[in-house]
Amino acid sequence: MAASGPTRAGQSADRPAPQAQAGLSIAIAGSGGSGVMTAGTLLLEAAAQAGLYGLMVRTSGPQIRGGEAAALLRLSPTPVESLDDRFDLLLAVDWQNIHRFADEIPLHAGSLLIGDAEGGEVPQVFLRTGAKTVALPLKKMAKELAGSWINMLALGIAGAVVGIPLQALEGAVRRGWKRPEAALLANLAAVREGMAAAEGLSSLPRVEAGPATEGRWVLSGNEGAGYGALRGGVRFVAAYPITPATELLEWMAPALQKVGGTLLQAEDELASVNMIIGASYGGVPSLTATAGPGLALMTEGIGLAVAAEVPIVVVDVMRGGPSTGIPAKSEQSDLSFAVSGLHGDAPRLVLAPSSISDCVATTQWAVELAETLQAPAIVLSDQFMGQSRAIVQKPALRPGGAQRLTVEAGTPEYKRYRDTKSGISPMAIPGTPGVVYTADGLEHTESGIPSSQARDHAIQLDKRERKLLRHDYGSRWADVEGGGPLAAITFGSATGAVREAVRRAAAQGVALRLVVLRLLAPVQQAAFDAALAGVTRVMVIEQNHGAQLLRYLRGMVDLPSRPASFHRPGPLPLRPAEVCAALLEWAGATSRAKETA
Amino acid sequence: MPELTLEQFMAQAHAMECEAVERYTEFADMLETANNREVAALFRTMAGYETRHAEQILAQMGWTQAPPPPGLLTPPGMEAPEALPVEEAHYLMQPWHALQLALVAERRAQAFFALLARMATTEAVRKAALELQAEEAEHVALVQAWLAKVPAPDQDWAVDPDPPRYTD
Amino acid sequence: MSDMLAAPALMAAQYKSGYKPIWCPGCGDYSVLASVAKALAQLQRPPHEVAVVSGIGCSSRIPAYTSCYGFHGVHGRSLAAATGLKVARPDLTVLVAGGDGDGYSIGGNHFLHACRRNVDVTYIVMDNHVYGMTKGQASPTTEPDWDNKLSPGGTGIRSFHPLVIALASGANFVARAFSGDPNGTADIIAQAVRHPGLSFVEILSPCVTFRPEQRDWKNLVHPAAVEPTDDAARAARRIMTDDGFNIGVLYAGKRPVYPGGGVPAKQAVADLEAEFAL
Repeated sequence: MAASGPTRAGQSADRPAPQAQAGLSIAIAGSGGSGVMTAGTLLLEAAAQAGLYGLMVRTSGPQIRGGEAAALLRLSPTPVESLDDRFDLLLAVDWQNIHRFADEIPLHAGSLLIGDAEGGEVPQVFLRTGAKTVALPLKKMAKELAGSWINMLALGIAGAVVGIPLQALEGAVRRGWKRPEAALLANLAAVREGMAAAEGLSSLPRVEAGPATEGRWVLSGNEGAGYGALRGGVRFVAAYPITPATELLEWMAPALQKVGGTLLQAEDELASVNMIIGASYGGVPSLTATAGPGLALMTEGIGLAVAAEVPIVVVDVMRGGPSTGIPAKSEQSDLSFAVSGLHGDAPRLVLAPSSISDCVATTQWAVELAETLQAPAIVLSDQFMGQSRAIVQKPALRPGGAQRLTVEAGTPEYKRYRDTKSGISPMAIPGTPGVVYTADGLEHTESGIPSSQARDHAIQLDKRERKLLRHDYGSRWADVEGGGPLAAITFGSATGAVREAVRRAAAQGVALRLVVLRLLAPVQQAAFDAALAGVTRVMVIEQNHGAQLLRYLRGMVDLPSRPASFHRPGPLPLRPAEVCAALLEWAGATSRAKETA
Repeated sequence: MPELTLEQFMAQAHAMECEAVERYTEFADMLETANNREVAALFRTMAGYETRHAEQILAQMGWTQAPPPPGLLTPPGMEAPEALPVEEAHYLMQPWHALQLALVAERRAQAFFALLARMATTEAVRKAALELQAEEAEHVALVQAWLAKVPAPDQDWAVDPDPPRYTD
Repeated sequence: MSDMLAAPALMAAQYKSGYKPIWCPGCGDYSVLASVAKALAQLQRPPHEVAVVSGIGCSSRIPAYTSCYGFHGVHGRSLAAATGLKVARPDLTVLVAGGDGDGYSIGGNHFLHACRRNVDVTYIVMDNHVYGMTKGQASPTTEPDWDNKLSPGGTGIRSFHPLVIALASGANFVARAFSGDPNGTADIIAQAVRHPGLSFVEILSPCVTFRPEQRDWKNLVHPAAVEPTDDAARAARRIMTDDGFNIGVLYAGKRPVYPGGGVPAKQAVADLEAEFAL
């Protein structure tokens, strides 16, 4: 939905004409077994080998097999965290149902459309943009190279347009090759054919590697979160598969076997959350991963972890909601639920990684916080970060290892839920003599005996809240960038587009402060005051229909004046241009208001 | 072989043709969803042939609408002879595969009518069965001729580099 | 373990916390508590190496009444919590306890899968054919014609048969006991704990408040006429045809047990970065 204020006028939020080092956005589309997703993955791998940074998002129709699909890439000499506003190349192996991706593949007059004359008619929606169209006999070319696949031709063409060396393309194909050698040679030939066919077709600037190519990683957000969890000390995972979290579990299963842990597939999410509570009660840091519908099932269990003070981490890879929603698309609409969706007064930790790369550090931090504070932590990742693959700078990593406060054997007069100054009371790990206790979801005395007394309830409620509020979260709770009296606030995967929008606004003389929240609950007023010192107006930017972050912040913390909002739901990702337009309009309106005041 | 009147026999034959139309159409829809337009179109063409055959039966009998089939004939196997088995569909199937399936189906139909002709208890039914057998034989020839014109499938016809997509 | 000979033997009383149960006087669960304590004394496992995991209901209050580590979780999920605990800590002896509502209604799905997994825990259900804690509704094992407020005239639904379900799903040990015979029940529980895999012990435990007629159960129970078998088909036939008061170990199998955790590390966490690094 639009930003508050009058409709935009004048200022251009579109990116300037492509410069040599700006990067390119490529879409490879096709259907019915043409293998375009694979082509996209290989192109990203090759780009990595060639020293580039990049991001790949995949999209497809609902069919399980044979559906229309597209790989959407942005490749650049410098790190990228969001898709650009428009695509420079749409390479369609065939046109069957590709028009369905029109919203996701916006083109412009400078774009290049390469398709197969035999692959159907170019959809009007693409032609209307004025993009330059080229027809290549792709199917025929692939048939003539016996044993080759059309997606390898596509890889060659796309690689040539981007300017990726043949060596890198061939290397990517070779590394991923699992079929007979003879077929490999045919397909390498197809890559070369594709490159040759692209000769002279494109006037788009090539992308060349920048100076900073050392220590890059290629990973998806789901993989990053899994790795972060292990760094934090997780050695037990119980989970039920759900889109788009399943790959996180698939990555962790063999990884846990290597580092000495277990992944157990549970019969449902109710079992998952209770299993990890049981394992954590037994002393082993534990985690599960799910999406909105699964999180909804887990709420009772999360409440149990709050009441019994058992640390657990629940990664919620958010998708379009509500209910079954849009499983394969991203949205930031579980925020309200994560911060308040438990019955009773139930304080818990909620964190949100702000990029694919940040999934590692933030999940690690979530584990450490859960263990230290003996509380559940929900990590709000999302489908965009979880299932997209990126070439990133190696994430800055801290040494890991969560520290749970435990009690020694035979400690006299041990009370599991003793009311301490910090709110954290040492936990007895089963097997430790002399300090036996029963963990309970029932309200309890300091010894853990069930109690319905007002005094006990007050003590325990205060304790559970205090331990979270009093903790020193340091500077990691948010990234505060820039300065000035106008501030944009955002979280999660929206960050990439917002950061780029802020950069573009700055290039047009509008300076904005950016606050990217990483710790969403608990909220600390003092931290907000410090981050927003000197700020007179804020705009909250998020990808959901209900302006959830805006409403949450307004309820939880005092913000300078009345906050503005830019919010819209999924399935389409936020793009830098729309955010920039909203920011400029708001900034303009703000300065006009100041002038007339 | 139960005693069948000509009307009953032709009603049964008509029902069989309608089933064949349904099954070919089902296949066409399945393949179209999987973006295999070429084979989908092929199955629609076959559905068209069966539709015409069904219409011929109506015309021959002077019916605007066929009476319900008596259900007295038990075809061999679990399904009607001319119906393609659903499990044989593959989203990457090529025209050659589709025609092979059609060939088997048409041959089965031809054999079924030949059997009915041999077992007919009246001359009218026997004559009708032989006519239908001849009609199916034409279909068989048509499919064979078509097969001769399509290329044999590639070795890698069933290979899809992309994994299945789970979207729920 | 070498200390065992020197240390004084653990007595049954040491397995009780001394905390006064909230159960009604005459409740079968008092006897079950005593049987559990006796069984653990038979096994001589130190209380701090035993964990009792429960859900919600009268029977689920039992963990705090023992001197073992306890986990009083949410309704129906005790087997899930126990599975997580046992797989993460295979060194502990894990008992799971609850009633017929907790276990067979909301817990039904976890019951099936815990038996299927055959994790090495002992699951004790105190079955009184009623929801006691919520004041007297039908439970899955209630007779179809038992009149109650939510279902006047009875539910009309066939009773759940937990022993058959446990056996069919994969439990490795299936037994029925009666709280009115604390020593016999203690023996069965001890056998259950010793037996590998998921050991299911259904204990008929009368509810004096909502099912006072169950006082008559002592006249209905009888020892099982035959020895326990490891033949699942034979056990199934017996269990499906018994009168519901057949007491004893009915099946003691040799099914494979779900492996506990404690997988030794083959490499360091940081070694995993090789997968991402260019």
